[in-house]
Amino acid sequence: MSRFLLVLLPLVALITLAADLPPADPFDTMMDVVTHKRCMNCHPSGNKPRQGEDSHLHYFNVQRGPDDHGVAAVQCGTCHQSKNNDYSGVPGAPHWGLAPLSMAWEGLSRAEIARVILDPEKNGGKNLEEIVKHMTEDELVLWAFEPGVDNEGIAREKPPVSEADFKAAVKAWAANGAPIPND
Amino acid sequence: MPTNFNLNGKPASTNADPDSPLLWVIRDEIGLKGTKFGCGKAACGACTLHVNGKAVRSCSYAVKFVEGKEVTTIEGLGTEDNLHPVQQAWKEEIVPQCGYCQPGFMMATAAMLKEIPNPTDEDIDSNIVNVCRCGTYYRMRKAIHRAAHLSK
Ligand code: FES
Ligand code: FES
Repeated sequence: MSRFLLVLLPLVALITLAADLPPADPFDTMMDVVTHKRCMNCHPSGNKPRQGEDSHLHYFNVQRGPDDHGVAAVQCGTCHQSKNNDYSGVPGAPHWGLAPLSMAWEGLSRAEIARVILDPEKNGGKNLEEIVKHMTEDELVLWAFEPGVDNEGIAREKPPVSEADFKAAVKAWAANGAPIPND
Repeated sequence: MPTNFNLNGKPASTNADPDSPLLWVIRDEIGLKGTKFGCGKAACGACTLHVNGKAVRSCSYAVKFVEGKEVTTIEGLGTEDNLHPVQQAWKEEIVPQCGYCQPGFMMATAAMLKEIPNPTDEDIDSNIVNVCRCGTYYRMRKAIHRAAHLSK
């Protein structure tokens, strides 16, 4: 009995502690996804995308090109189609490509990334409503939650937040007036 | 449901599983063996062909995506009597060694020349990233410049 209590009491304490924790800040939840490699790999600050769990520079000298979709004979679409390819392990989603250089996130803090996201000069002229729509509906953005398998059949790591929680966080953050905490 | 497309200018159709690689359909079902299998993971470029004029690695291209599109393989790039400038240049520079990778390189080169008619060495380095086990890169570079010249 006493042994049972010994196990139970810390468990109860833990559960009580978790219940007392303030709910996660929507900004933090959103940024846990945005700063994940599934997103960051294609928001580079240079002219080459990154890939893989270690975010190495994309193999084959793949480059941004004039329209963020590669160069003449090595376009993103040369290998990436609109769906993941589980045979070859090549990921895919509609309009697969790099984020424009104005939306480079590599090397920025969370607050700096948020400022970039909100800046219509950098985000392609989007207002807050359009940003929310892009972040919660765009198929390429949401690919992060269904990233498929690599060329050895190993599942790619997903962001640490579920798709539903991410969408809820983006909407809650916007509804609060899209506050950006200090760096 | 069959997938219908144009192959080298002629109508083609397949009942293959829609997720089958286009490469399998072209080689094993239709029987055009010019397009090669190297890695099966979009890494080597041996399987490069054109879909609507753009270079595509067909080992990683589900056949369902080709519906209604125009596919060109090395067999349709030129004719024996009227070689494509890339094929002509390849012949003149005697590029191939074993030859296995060459159709993919030629298709990639033809796609590049459509958009970059006078490629610099830097353009070639950025655009022609296929793999040749025999190391024919030096002759390929010469052939690419020659093809650009012949295309004028
Ligand atoms: S066989 Fe398709 S890229 Fe290697
Ligand atoms: S000529 Fe042999 S692999 Fe390229």
